[in-house]
Parts: sequence; C-alpha cells; structure tokens
Amino acid sequence: MNFDFKQDHFSLFGLPRRFALDAGQLDSAWRTVAAQVHPDRYASAGDAEKRAALMMATHANEAYRTLKSPLARARYLLLLTGVDTREDTNTSMPADFLMAQMEWREAIGEAKDDHDVEALEKLARELHRDAAALQQQLGVALDDAGDLDGAAVLVRKLRFLEKLEQEIGDAIESLLF
Amino acid sequence: MALLQIAEPGLSAAPHQHRLAVGIDLGTTNSLVATVRSGAAGVLPDEHGRSLLPSVVRYLDGGDVAVGFTAQAEQSRDPHNTIVSVKRFMGRGLADISEAAAQPYRFVDAPGMVQLITRAGPKSPVEISADILRALKQRAEDSLGGELVGAVITVPAYFDDAQRQATKDAARLAGLNVLRLLNEPTAAAIAYGLDNGSEGIYVVYDLGGGTFDVSILKLTQGVFEVLSTSGDSALGGDDFDHRVYCWTLAQAGLSGLNAHDSRLLLTCAREAKEALTEHASTRLTALLSDGQAIDLTLDQDTFRDITKTLVDKTLLPVRKALRDARIGVDDVKGVVMVGGATRMPHIQKAVGDLFGQTPLTNLDPDKVVALGAAMQANVLAGNKQDDDWLLLDVIPLSLGIETMGGLTEKIIPRNSTLPIARAQEFTTFKDGQTAMSIHVLQGERELVSDCRSLAQFVLRGIPPMVAGAARIRITFQVDADGLLAVSARELTSGVEAHIEVKPSYGLSDEDITRMLTDSLAHVQDDIEARKLREAIVDAESLVDATRAAIAADGDLLSADELAGIEAGLGTVADAIAGNRTVAINEAAHQLNRLTETFAARRMDRNVQRALKGHNIAEL
Repeated sequence: MNFDFKQDHFSLFGLPRRFALDAGQLDSAWRTVAAQVHPDRYASAGDAEKRAALMMATHANEAYRTLKSPLARARYLLLLTGVDTREDTNTSMPADFLMAQMEWREAIGEAKDDHDVEALEKLARELHRDAAALQQQLGVALDDAGDLDGAAVLVRKLRFLEKLEQEIGDAIESLLF
Repeated sequence: MALLQIAEPGLSAAPHQHRLAVGIDLGTTNSLVATVRSGAAGVLPDEHGRSLLPSVVRYLDGGDVAVGFTAQAEQSRDPHNTIVSVKRFMGRGLADISEAAAQPYRFVDAPGMVQLITRAGPKSPVEISADILRALKQRAEDSLGGELVGAVITVPAYFDDAQRQATKDAARLAGLNVLRLLNEPTAAAIAYGLDNGSEGIYVVYDLGGGTFDVSILKLTQGVFEVLSTSGDSALGGDDFDHRVYCWTLAQAGLSGLNAHDSRLLLTCAREAKEALTEHASTRLTALLSDGQAIDLTLDQDTFRDITKTLVDKTLLPVRKALRDARIGVDDVKGVVMVGGATRMPHIQKAVGDLFGQTPLTNLDPDKVVALGAAMQANVLAGNKQDDDWLLLDVIPLSLGIETMGGLTEKIIPRNSTLPIARAQEFTTFKDGQTAMSIHVLQGERELVSDCRSLAQFVLRGIPPMVAGAARIRITFQVDADGLLAVSARELTSGVEAHIEVKPSYGLSDEDITRMLTDSLAHVQDDIEARKLREAIVDAESLVDATRAAIAADGDLLSADELAGIEAGLGTVADAIAGNRTVAINEAAHQLNRLTETFAARRMDRNVQRALKGHNIAEL
C-alpha cells in the first residue's frame, strides 16, 4: 500500500507540526483531502478502489478529529516525540488542582440536584475559560519552551477538565431532553 | 434471448454513455422514484401521470401482489393482507412496536425482526419493502427504457444500523444495486440547490409519514457537512392521523371497532388532516359496518389542540441537534421544510417561531427527497464529472459495547463524521479463558436494556493464558452508508485470527438468494440469466474504470505491474465472452486484487495534487 499511513497527521493536511493551529486552514485542508478519498468518489469503481477509499477516508477523518481537539492534538504531538502522557495510570496531581476538582464536582452535583440548567450552563462557561487557559499554557510548553514533561502534566489536567465538561453536558441533556 | 453486445477490448463501451441511475424515496406513506435527464432532476410518474406511489402492498389470492393505489383502495376491505406504513416495522422486533395493538395486522415475532401474517404466508418488513421497491424499479425501467446501473435509496437520518441494514437488504431483494443509502434531510439539502453558491448553516426539518428527522448542515464550497442530526424514528404524519382518529372515537363514543371500521376511520382522519391545510374546518363522515353513520366537524383550533404535544415533541430533537452542533438559532441562515406533514400550518408556525424566520417551502415537500437522491445517484453513477459536490454525513446514534454490570461503553460517539473506525482492546477475565462474548449496542443511554442491540457474537479460539494476558482488538468500522462491520484480532499469539462479524439481523447472501428464488418463481423470471446479466454489467464497468485509470495514471505502474493488469483485463474479457457467471465473477475478483496497490497510489497522488492546488490558492 502506497498511501503513506506513516506520515503524521500534520503532513497529511500540509500543516506545520505544532500546537498552535489555524482552525480554518485545518477545516479546508480536511475538506480537500476528503473530497479526494471519500467513498462516494469511487461508487462506480472496483472493489479494490472502494476498499482503499474507505480506509483512507476513515484515516483522514480520524486525523482531522485528532488535530481539531486541542487535547487530542497535544497528546498526539507528545506521542510523536515519544512521550506517553499515561493519563490512565498517572493520576498524581498537585493538591490545589485536586481541591479545585472536588469543588467543581460538588457544584455540578448541586446544580444537577436543583435541576438548574442555567447554573450548569454557567459552570460550563467557567470550565471552558479554565480549559482555554490550560491550552494557552500548552502552546507555550510545546511550541516555544519545548517543555515536554510540563506539557504532559498539562494534558493530564486538561483531560480532567474535559471529563467534567462531559459530565455537565450529560447533566444538561438529561434535564432538557 | 437477445444477444449481448460486447465491445472490443481497448475500445471500451462508450465511456461517456449516460448510465441510468435513480433516486428512490422509500417513504412511510408514499414512495417516489426520480432521475436526472438532460441535466434536470424529475420524478418519474406512473402510466396515469401520478408521481406518488402509496407505500401500500396487498397480497392477493393466487400469489399476486398489488402495490400502490390499487392496494390502497382495498385496505379497508382486506386489512390483514394490505400492509401500510411498513417502514415503521423495518429492523424492529415486536417489543419495539408500541402501537401494535392499534394495528389491524397479525404480527409474529421472528429473530431480529417482526413478521406479518398474510394470506401469502409470513412476510418480513424487508420482503414487503422489496415489493414496493420492485414496483418503483419497474416504473423506472419502463420509462427510461433500459436496465438501471444503480439506485440511491433514502433513509431517515435517525435510522439506526438495524433499520439501515433492513433497507439495504430490501433493495438487494428487489434486484437494485445500491449506490448509497442517503439520509433524507441531506438529500433534501442537495435538491434545494443549496450548493449553488449558498454558504452557511442550514437546518432541515423533515417530518414524514412515520419518521421525524432534523439535520444541521454547514455548506462550504460545494461541501455539505452534516454537523449534527437528531430525530424520532417513530413520529410522523401518521401520528397526527391517529390523534384525529382517537378524537373521532371519543366524539362518537365508539370503542372495540373491527379491523375494517378502524381502517376506514383512519383513512377519514387522514383526509380530514389534509383538508385542514387549506380550510378552517372540515367534515368527517363515514358509514360503519353495523350501519352507524359518523358525521363530525373538525376545525383548525381543535386540530391544533389535539396535536400540540406532537408538534412539541418534534422541537426537542431540534434543540438537541442545535446543542450537539454547538450553535444557536441566530447562527442559522435558513430552515428547509421537508415531508408532506410539514404542510400543516401550525407546524410551519412553530418552526418559524423557534428560528425567528419563515421556513423555506418553495419545493414540493413530497418530492424534494427523491429529487435530491436522483441528483446524488447521477453523481455516483459517474454521469457528472466536474463541479460536483461532496456529502460528509454523520452517524446519528452512538455505538457501544456491553461491559460488566449491564452498562454500555461508547466506542463511537453520535454525530461523528463518516466513515469512521475505532479499535478497542479487550482481555480475558479468567485463567485459560478461550472464548469471549461481545455485545454491540446503539443508543445514548447508559443501560444496555435501554439501547438497541445490534449484534451479539462469541469470539472463540483465544489461546489459553492467565487472566488478563490475552489481547483482543476489536475494530468497529462504519461506512458512508452508516452501516457497521465488526472485525476482531487476537494479538498476543502472533497468529492474527481475523473474523468479520455481520450484525445478526442482516440477511446473508443465502437468505437473499432463497427469497429471490421464492419471489421469482412466481414471476417466472430466470434467476441464472439475471445473475449472468448482473455479473457482465459489473465486470464491464470494472474494465472501463481500470482502462480509464491506466490512461490517466499509468505512469504509476512498473512495466511488470502494467503487464499483470493487462493480463487480468484480458481474462475478464475472455470470461465475459464465455458467458459464464462464475468465471466472470472470479476474473473480476482477480482483476480487483491486481489493481489494489494501483488504486491506493492513484488516490495518494490525487490527495497530493489537491493539497498543492489548495495551498497555492491560499497564498
């Protein structure tokens, strides 16, 4: 198979390999690649081409999904440099961060018990701000300082926030729908 | 039998010849078939000039099958053998059919899907749908004067894997080559000509006879990207009829009606609903079998009141889709109304109020889906080379597997762009364990019992090891049609046992052949001749495609590789000349294998070229 599955996701879309990313450029590069490899382009082709298209379109979508999410993108960049973020096994976190996590959990639980969608939406906005700050720091650590260990810690923190965001989303959904 | 025309190898049969392809809207209440001729999409009418084919199938004495208006006309007289709204039963078990009691049918539960007892024997919804599709295929081939290369069949965006698989099986049973299962709202978006320079976010609100869909699409330079989709696959215009029907029973103090009378009153209810689109009030009259006369007047306001909860029920998925797409109503540039039920004025008002703008209704809401499907079929059949568009659709419901304690773990989240694949690794729970049971589910709920069970299979032949040592990777692949395939590999033993798992409710090739034989025995068609014809059509199009590929990108092949492919082409041509189905399929299969690497290289080149053009354009 000639299609280079080994090339990294950044090269696939012709983007520089760094955390800072022009979202518009990623979107339009993805659409360009998708337009070439989407199975619809091969609807009247042979089975070989259909199979290849399915595989490549799947790969392109996966690459896009990875680069689009700041957390997945940072994790992926670290993986490319050989750093495993060990999010499942390494859960040791600074005490103040863990304290903040517990406070978040409590606030979400209370808003959920009160069926207070607005409070949940407010929490989601606050969480979003915190996540943006972490992403800012990730950009510095990965693109400027080359601080890979620091970046790995930031990825683990961001993962916590993403889980909280998911929890808030689920709570809102269960109240609304 | 007519002699088959075979072009000389190298002079492939007119590559730019128009290939006959159709779009089919297989609806709950009505179905349509459309095609693109001389660049314009149009619905193909029957010999009386009627576009709609009522999705009604009646099984008659002597093995005959009536489809459409003739079947519809008899539905009150022969309710058990006249099946309406079969789409509601596609991919569904008896337990899923909530209104089963109100239906005049005799259901039996069968593995995977319910069946209906008719005088022609038990019929699965797949077989009944195939009868509708067969009628549409016949209509298309009669009016186009040739055999179809393929069809795009539309499905509600919110259809799950079981319902999609059932639809695809029905098409195969009807002898149609499915180019694509296309989501109805996406088809509507194409038909609305939203590709013509329209950019921005559009909402498609699609209330059909029995299903409700909402899709949010982002249009950018000919790309239709679905951001999110939601809906209710058991909510539609039929439910509005049912409300009017219940209102009629209450007003007239009726209960315990026989099948004939309840069908009669349901028909009256539907007519009353339709009349209220144009009039402020309507009369409802019927003569029941015991001689009792029904004469009631239903006005707009009462109708609105008794159906208000249904309208509200459609707005919930709309809000959910907006939330999933992470957009607000202010971001929406236009709202497209699709499906006959959106003619109801109070629905248009409710949607207009929610979005703060008048919904778009300038295309016939009954035809728009079929027209869009025809346009997509035209592209997929290869009739349109330049300035075509790209559809990026999503999976409507999350896919997951059962974990300990009856809980589901999501593997592929809803609204992921298709195609998508995810792999998950599993390990053994006990020492020496050699088998493992995997349960695949679709839905958003946490409990297994609240999700739809798609497939349950046992992996065997795991090498005995201590608990937790085996590593089994299971890959879930969802293709552009939204259909799932599961494969599993055992990684530790060095031997990669590879298995393909088809969801349990899908029909096997043997099932299809058996059903085809059953149905064709009646039509006296020659199944072998048909298989041969199909094999030749497929092989010829493969030869055409391969020759075109060599002409365009032959430089990617070494002399040896080219010689190998040429030899493969020769074998296919010989096999076609020999008129033997098995030999043709085998030769085509070989040619496919020979061109695998070539196909991948060409795609890679196209990607590189496209990206280059793209980067220069951006400078």
